[in-house]
Amino acid sequence: MPSYVIAEKCDGCKALDKTACQYVCPNDLMVLDEGQMKAFNQEPDMCWECYCCVKICPVQAIEVRGYADFVPMGAMVTPLRATDSIMWTLKFRNGMLKRFKFPIRTTEEGKAQPFDQYATGDDDLKSPTLMCEPAGLNTEKGPVKMDKVQTL
Amino acid sequence: MANFETVTVETDLLLAGGGMACCGAAVEASYWAKKNGLKVTLVDKAAMERSGAVAMGLSAINQYVDLNSGNNTLKDYCDYVRNDLMGITREDVVANIARHVDSTVHLFEKWGLPIWKDQEGNYVHEGRWQLMINGESYKVIVAEAAKNALADAGGEYFERVFLTHPLMDGNKCVGAIGFSVREKKVYVFKAKAVLCAMGGAVHVFKPRSTGEGFGRSWYPPFNSGASTFFTLYAGAEMTCQEVRFIPVRFKDAYGPVGAWFLLFKSVATNAQGGNYMQLNAAELEKWESYGKVKPCPANLRNWLMMLDVMEGKSPIYMQTADAIQKIAEEAPDEKAAKRKLKELEAEAWEDFLDMTISQAILWAASNVEPEKKPSEIMACDPYFIGSHSGASGAWVSGPEDLQTAETKGEYFWGYPQMTTVGGLFAAGDASGASSHKFSSGSHTEGRIAGKAAIAYIVDNNAAPNVDQAQIDALTAEILKPLDTFEAHKGVTTAVDINPNYIRAKQFMYRLQKIMDEYAGGVSSQFKTSDKLLEKGLELMAFLKEDAANLAAEGLHDLMRCWEAYHRMYQGEAHMRSILFREETRWPGYYFRADKPSIDQANWLAFCNCKYDRNTGEWEMIKRPVKYLTQ
Repeated sequence: MPSYVIAEKCDGCKALDKTACQYVCPNDLMVLDEGQMKAFNQEPDMCWECYCCVKICPVQAIEVRGYADFVPMGAMVTPLRATDSIMWTLKFRNGMLKRFKFPIRTTEEGKAQPFDQYATGDDDLKSPTLMCEPAGLNTEKGPVKMDKVQTL
Repeated sequence: MANFETVTVETDLLLAGGGMACCGAAVEASYWAKKNGLKVTLVDKAAMERSGAVAMGLSAINQYVDLNSGNNTLKDYCDYVRNDLMGITREDVVANIARHVDSTVHLFEKWGLPIWKDQEGNYVHEGRWQLMINGESYKVIVAEAAKNALADAGGEYFERVFLTHPLMDGNKCVGAIGFSVREKKVYVFKAKAVLCAMGGAVHVFKPRSTGEGFGRSWYPPFNSGASTFFTLYAGAEMTCQEVRFIPVRFKDAYGPVGAWFLLFKSVATNAQGGNYMQLNAAELEKWESYGKVKPCPANLRNWLMMLDVMEGKSPIYMQTADAIQKIAEEAPDEKAAKRKLKELEAEAWEDFLDMTISQAILWAASNVEPEKKPSEIMACDPYFIGSHSGASGAWVSGPEDLQTAETKGEYFWGYPQMTTVGGLFAAGDASGASSHKFSSGSHTEGRIAGKAAIAYIVDNNAAPNVDQAQIDALTAEILKPLDTFEAHKGVTTAVDINPNYIRAKQFMYRLQKIMDEYAGGVSSQFKTSDKLLEKGLELMAFLKEDAANLAAEGLHDLMRCWEAYHRMYQGEAHMRSILFREETRWPGYYFRADKPSIDQANWLAFCNCKYDRNTGEWEMIKRPVKYLTQ
């Protein structure tokens, strides 16, 4: 079914200003049935299994069952995404369990500051210098010289 | 006509798209727009935090040139790209991205993307140009910086608005039109310059999967050819429309193989255990100097594997267990070996969980533990993706300062990344002949385009002249599938089957069947010929006529209609370009049976094309390949 919604758990995000899965799906697949206040995947054969709906669901009502046309039944891959890391639980068809935890970001949510990370060398709109260059091209190992970079 | 409200938005720079390239442009253009009192507006078909090819995440950054270390030069990167694309590349555009990409990666790290570091604090390279990352939230972080930049500079962004057509003033692009996929609203954006970066194209060809797994393409199914159609319709010259990309990935779920090949040094073999790269090495002699370079071009690696497949030596396996065993054996003692194994196991699974979760499901469902047994790999379906090892996209101006006396007349016309249409810029999958930019390079190319577009607006700061008749005509055309459905739905008892119209999905299936059988898809083993292409174009002409009868039941369906329509133009541009290029240059991407060899004397050239929206005529153009290096 690619992603599917567990009827008992889904509350249609009624406490939120938008239906989370419907808001996030990159392929516009998740829809809220307003009569029942339950979400569903309207086009499962267009699902990329990206798990964006699974990760964002506030009540963990969405899961993924591997594509029926080539995936044997019985496995489950479940994420639990926090603000700085994600934990994955893998259940194999034979019952084996594996668990992995990976970092997802090093800054506080919402705080990706686009400007002023490095000085910008010149204000000339026609120069090849982009924002934060040339300083931002460097690492602690030393500066990159723009004139040197241009030489092929 | 369906009753829709029209929302008109006036801006200076319109960013059409919300993926890596437009997020790069949003940051860079906002920075320069703020200094010059200009407004930037971004329009995304989905939600920026999870839109585009990086929606799911990524496990590696594939372009980091590391100029700072002194180990690599721009020439090294140009050599790599030129050779991988069998000589067909715009080195000026490739070098321009490569000289800036490191600063983009350093910004990603500042914004919060975790990049793997070794004990000395250096980035962990997967390969020479690739860095390993913890990239589950890659797009979330990059989109957040873009949104913050727009907010800081007084710009704005629209989500769930699908742009279908450019707005034109002669040969100048003055905006875009589309509709909301949430409300009954047509959106008209009037702008002084437009950056098109709406992704590549998937599902032009029939995928291998059927039924539920139809959506499991390697590249995302929501990349539907919008960039190609947008630039073609505007009248922009296009390039490399024949250069599709077919990645080899783990079979069926299309999980990444890069970490296995590059980081774990794994080998792929045929069913008998033979290394097809060694066994079929003699074949490389047939493909000029490209057969001898290291690394072997992606399409030739595909080709050597396909030779074994065609000889019945499948399944082809990635020897994961051998690779892991070998790494563990290098550990000094048993305890260290055990620790190393555990580390490798987590790395291998994260590779999938960050970017192709389906592959993790498939392995778990098949009880695969990679350290114990090998897994099948296979060539996927053909995709159109200017950012990876394909090259399709618009023909754009390079930067002035990198041109030579020979290249300047051909490759430079005023503003980096501008197409041959005034005020219309392209980046990421939308710009061609500048392969191997991947996520970081696409963001960088968006930044270059963003700054250049602001420079263009400062030089050409006149209010966009948008003819109301054009808006009215396009509005009617865009909404027509809804009208067609309403007019005829009552004629039959089943909405899908009706002699008066065709639904979006059936239309897409028909396109895919034509492409698959006539243009060298999966079921034809990627083989085609002049006669097959000519027949395919005949069938395509019927499909184009039938596009007038597309029917949509609602907003989601209307989006699907226009996606299918965009894909059709990508398919036609592809067939015409393969037909125009009378040789086989990328045998592992497609094979032209009537011209089975590479022809350096006549075809070391770009195959470009243009479409005239008023007459429906196509023009094919041969352009010289001129290198900056060598």
